[in-house]
Amino acid sequence: MSNAFRVDALGSVDRDKSLSFTFDGREYTGHPGDTLASALLANGVHHVATSIKYGRPRGIMTAGVEEPNALVQIEFPFPEPMLTATTVELYDGLVARGLSGQGRLSTRPDTARYDTVHAHCDVLVVGAGPAGLAAALTASRAGVRVVVVDELPSPGGSLPGTAPACEWVADVTDELSANSDVQLLRRTTAIGYYDDGLVLALEKRTDHLGAAAPAHVSRQRVWRIRARQVVFATGAYERPIAFDDNDRPGIMLAGSARTYLGRFGVLAGREVVVFTTNDSAYLAATELADAGARVRAVIDARSEVPAHWLDACAARGIEVRAGQAVSGTSGAERITGVRVGDEEIGCDLLLVSGGWNPAVALFSQARGTLRYDGVLGGFVPAGALDTVRTAGAARGVLGSAEVVSDGAEAALGALAALGKTAGEPVALPAVGDAPAGAPGAVLWQVPGSDDAQFVDLQRDQTVADVLRATGAGLTSVEHVKRYTTIGTAHDQGRTSGVLTSGIVAAALGVDIAELGTPRLRPPALPVAFAAFAGRNRGELFDPVRVTSLHRWHVEHGALFENVGQWKRPWYYPVGGETIEEAVLRECRAAREGVGMMDGSTLGKISVQGPDSGELLDRFYTNVMSSLKVGRVRYGVMCGVDGMVFDDGTVLRLAEEEFLVTTTTGNAAKVLDRMEEWLQTEWPDLRVRLTSVTEHWATIPLVGPRSRDVLALVAPTLDVSNAAFGFMTWQDTVVADVPARVARISFSGELAYEINVPAWYAHTVWEALYAAGGPFGITPYGTETMHVLRAEKAYPIIGQDTDGTITPQDLGMSWVVSGKKDEFVGRRSFDRAENRRADRKQLVGLLPVDERTLLPEGAQIIATETVPAPPVPMLGHITSSYRSDALGRTFALALLRGGTRRVGETLYVPLEGRTVAVTVTDPVLYDKEGTRRDG
Amino acid sequence: MQLIACPWCGEREEAEFHYGGQAHVPYPAKPADLDDEQWAQYVFFRDNPKGPFAERWMHAAGCRRWFDALRDTATHQFLSVHRMGEEPRA
Amino acid sequence: MTGTPLPDHPDFLWRNPDPKRSYEVVIVGGGGHGLATAYYLAKNHGITDIAVLEKGWLAGGNMARNTTIIRSNYLWDESSGIYEHSLKLWETLEEDLDYPILFSQRGVLNLAHTLQDIRDSRRRVHANQLNGIDAEWLEPDEVAKVCPIVNIDPDVRYPVLGATYQPRAGIAKHDYVAWGFARRADAYGIDLIQNCEVTGIDVTDGRVTGVRTTRGDIAAGKVALAGAGHTSVLAEMVGLRLPLQSHPLQALVSELLEPVHPTVVMSNAVHVYVSQAHKGELVMGAGIDSYNGYGQRGAFHIIERQMAAALELFPVFARAHMLRTWAGIVDTTPDASPIVGLTPVENLYLNCGWGTGGFKATPGVGWCYAHTVATGEPHPYNAPFALSRFVTGALVDEHGAAAVAH
Repeated sequence: MSNAFRVDALGSVDRDKSLSFTFDGREYTGHPGDTLASALLANGVHHVATSIKYGRPRGIMTAGVEEPNALVQIEFPFPEPMLTATTVELYDGLVARGLSGQGRLSTRPDTARYDTVHAHCDVLVVGAGPAGLAAALTASRAGVRVVVVDELPSPGGSLPGTAPACEWVADVTDELSANSDVQLLRRTTAIGYYDDGLVLALEKRTDHLGAAAPAHVSRQRVWRIRARQVVFATGAYERPIAFDDNDRPGIMLAGSARTYLGRFGVLAGREVVVFTTNDSAYLAATELADAGARVRAVIDARSEVPAHWLDACAARGIEVRAGQAVSGTSGAERITGVRVGDEEIGCDLLLVSGGWNPAVALFSQARGTLRYDGVLGGFVPAGALDTVRTAGAARGVLGSAEVVSDGAEAALGALAALGKTAGEPVALPAVGDAPAGAPGAVLWQVPGSDDAQFVDLQRDQTVADVLRATGAGLTSVEHVKRYTTIGTAHDQGRTSGVLTSGIVAAALGVDIAELGTPRLRPPALPVAFAAFAGRNRGELFDPVRVTSLHRWHVEHGALFENVGQWKRPWYYPVGGETIEEAVLRECRAAREGVGMMDGSTLGKISVQGPDSGELLDRFYTNVMSSLKVGRVRYGVMCGVDGMVFDDGTVLRLAEEEFLVTTTTGNAAKVLDRMEEWLQTEWPDLRVRLTSVTEHWATIPLVGPRSRDVLALVAPTLDVSNAAFGFMTWQDTVVADVPARVARISFSGELAYEINVPAWYAHTVWEALYAAGGPFGITPYGTETMHVLRAEKAYPIIGQDTDGTITPQDLGMSWVVSGKKDEFVGRRSFDRAENRRADRKQLVGLLPVDERTLLPEGAQIIATETVPAPPVPMLGHITSSYRSDALGRTFALALLRGGTRRVGETLYVPLEGRTVAVTVTDPVLYDKEGTRRDG
Repeated sequence: MQLIACPWCGEREEAEFHYGGQAHVPYPAKPADLDDEQWAQYVFFRDNPKGPFAERWMHAAGCRRWFDALRDTATHQFLSVHRMGEEPRA
Repeated sequence: MTGTPLPDHPDFLWRNPDPKRSYEVVIVGGGGHGLATAYYLAKNHGITDIAVLEKGWLAGGNMARNTTIIRSNYLWDESSGIYEHSLKLWETLEEDLDYPILFSQRGVLNLAHTLQDIRDSRRRVHANQLNGIDAEWLEPDEVAKVCPIVNIDPDVRYPVLGATYQPRAGIAKHDYVAWGFARRADAYGIDLIQNCEVTGIDVTDGRVTGVRTTRGDIAAGKVALAGAGHTSVLAEMVGLRLPLQSHPLQALVSELLEPVHPTVVMSNAVHVYVSQAHKGELVMGAGIDSYNGYGQRGAFHIIERQMAAALELFPVFARAHMLRTWAGIVDTTPDASPIVGLTPVENLYLNCGWGTGGFKATPGVGWCYAHTVATGEPHPYNAPFALSRFVTGALVDEHGAAAVAH
């Protein structure tokens, strides 16, 4: 069986080329221009999937995105779960299979690229069917910027494949394409309307190429289209009818059969019965008959059928039965007959039309209100919004000529809103208007067996399920949706939503207009996660910040730690050292010889202006305005809640200029905060703030031999303690580079912090490294920095604090000025909770066993044996290290009433045991500060 | 994603902005004079209306200036924006 | 492969009564917390003259919109107390409610991506264990054993350095939970009244006397607020200002997929929380939108960011499809902990501020709030969550060192 159902002379597939594909393990052929569904139907394949709950065979019900049944898994060229066969464009080598409920994710990495594009326009037209094309052309002739998105490979939408229609589409498309202010995006589906004219659309760029897709072209991209006016010409979805066994393969919506015939030249069946409530299905009946199908009967639920349709059917020998309904079907893997009254009519295709539901999801997302149209039996836009309008079938206008006019009207409305004058009117296509039809009947359900009448085919939910829900006391469609799961599947209820409301309304005896339909949520089409992630993956997930010395660190074997976005050297293992060995070596160098590190990531803020000192006084807990030019002061700032927010040193560079340093992780937050308060609270202060973090490279040179090293590379600098005292800074020249050097120590050792413009960092670093060679200069990373500072009980904000700790808790009452009436957060210190004597305070902990290294994060309890939970906890270990200088392990901890507990023995419960620790003053090394001057 | 009209730069994407919560909550002139209840009101309590809300925004990826806005929290729509210290304009 | 069908709901759920003129207790808000409170008021305290007033449809707010993660591995004693109480109730809730709530204890991994994450995570594990909560620290290879699809490649932007694991954590089916409580409450004779919006609260001499609603005035001996994101609006009716800010919080779901994800994974640094629900869909939460909003919708760049984060941790999700996004309104507090207790108005009670974490607390807070309403005194589990803590400074700050606050 090879394309046995293909009809000559119809459709626009390229019959000169054949494409091979495999479905459910069998090989078939189709043509370029086919969808997987049309190619399967051309091969006579209707049974394509199995239902999720009852395992019933399911066929192809529609020709588009509304498909509830024909869900397929793509296996080659790359596995993709759950696509509708009706929207998969056929390509050579495609391997797919029908699904039963669940798709499968590939375990192989997806190497395809995904991208994002921004577009801005005056008028966005969604849909390039007759209404959309007319709207786009009308808008473009007014000279405005237009974007048109359409989900199909070529424009035209539901227009019939007749010569005049095709010609009109071609003319319009040509004119649009020739206009440089118009962008016509094919294979692009609008997926959501967001605020202020933002419409997201997904463009499928290479999916139709299969394995031949070029790797350098993004597979899909998300368009972020910002439009001043939006016209949704999104068409309508045909509505099924609930009757017994309405789910068999071979039951299709009538308009879809027209699409298969007109667009693909595929006859969906040879023995056809049509069941309709409205005129539109007569087009299907007559077109299929003309294409060679035997149309056994049109079953019309209306008692009156327009005369011209009766004539048209009679001319083709089609029996029309008015006032009747299909009450059931027979068949196993494919429909074999329908029941009408007592009669069975044989068929291999049943076409159904219960009317049309305008596609209002996007309009609804734009917060347009809907109203129920009793003639249509569906919900239509209640009216246009200021910037959003609908056109054509999307607002319930049916009939090609009316739809085209309506599209033009919508564009005129948009142009008027933009204050633009319309150009030449758009010519209507000669589509051979059908005579005025009769209104459709609204029919939700044909009486029968409720449990055999499917409402949501994908969820296998029947009328009986809906009635169970209403019988359980549910009166809201949202509750019914949740009770039954109707409308929650892949198709999001496009075919089931209004039908469900109709049945619920009838069951409850309420007006469907009052009941409404469930909320339509974005996206309008399922979209691959990767498409939304776009390029923001891997290295581009979050920017990587490196210092100007990064390459040196890499070349010298550093391992890195992520601190915020920064990569910081963590430690520099030599010759297979463990982290512990490396850190002990690095610490020893800094304590006994000389070490150096890259401190460039420290935040640096230049604070300038006459009121700089005043600003800093208001933020820091201590006084900064009294700092003398040339000197350095350590400071802490708190939140308004009185909790430590950040710390760092402040250099007074000039009378009206300070350099504030922050922790690496908080640099942006501190600047943000200073800017905020300066602008919103204290706009009277004359201060300017500038981030200079990346302008400067900062190199702490640390250890008793640091003075010797610096002297070698800064020959013009008097490095003596007398000339260059602790907590002062000097501008000088280091390694022939202008430098600012400060005597700051975060280790307790003699130390210099050398700041040079970042461009020169490498030169200066290498010069220091070379000069320090004879002294055994050792580069060290953040881990060693942490050990050295912990031995001196200098806290790390965020490690030894957690947003609940005050400066006093850290034992730093000395940094809280008694002279100032006020600084940010001060008032919070006086709250009841802050006055408690048993607040957690920073202490040192010495394990009784000097070799035991306590895990950071471990809790502290009072007893040697662990009582039954909940166990009273006294605090936790914030920092814990093996100390080369102390020759033992030690820890810092936040301990309830800690300062009063110095000398006590407490316990740290670890798996199955407790470790005895002695509480000490937190400063464990050189408490007298004898080492800082060398 | 909304378009937010920065009073200095014009309309920009929402992602460029930083939200600052309720506007017109000045830091108390003399915090030390407040009782714990009054201080807590300043530190922790903010209005949270459903409807028009005077709030602060900052154009973080642009001019980095703070400005005031009147926005309807029920619809999320901006009703007006104005520079710090200026009166709201519709 | 056939999907796992959900169990059927019972044939009868609840009556739809008209409101009476007066009730002993009126609960404002027919979400999970309101319904659970009603249930425990009846079950534990014998109070059944109760109306639960819901302005829309029952459990249609955050209860219908959350990602259903249940866990108790919080840092502070106060938090772990109430959440563990809740988790214990979850463990018997299916039998208690006689409703198939699909409580699945598949465990939760909270990933650590930085050295400080590791410290904070281990701190939480140590505290959890001493509080009697199952918790362990897993190294990356152990993480991969629990959840093989997590990318533990050390060369990614923010590598997984380990995780905390709570095996008893899991998920449940939110509608089933809400309807289970609702059905039981209804069976006790409690009136569940939908489409009934509270428009005013009557107070006489500092004491609450009733509520005004779109379905008429209702007298009440006690009024218990359970309005989640709308609590500020309700409290404003009696001039009560609360430390709450309401924000949109978005979530999303994929199509049904063959089982790939056996547990729940949460990451603070890469900001992902995801599980695979019973039918096979991936359920994922996004970040909170920064601004105040009652619109039940958020901005799309938050979702895009979320997708990028998800693929960092789960490359296999690349071609999963996002089927549906939605948003709820979360009421957040300055310390990321709830407020449950008394108010300055006599017989008016407050339960709010659960932020992103309210679902998991449903039975626990229902139990404790019922106690508070019935006795006029907070239960020991919710006593630490009094409104007064913002004045004294005795916060329960779950931001800093704590786990992700979801």
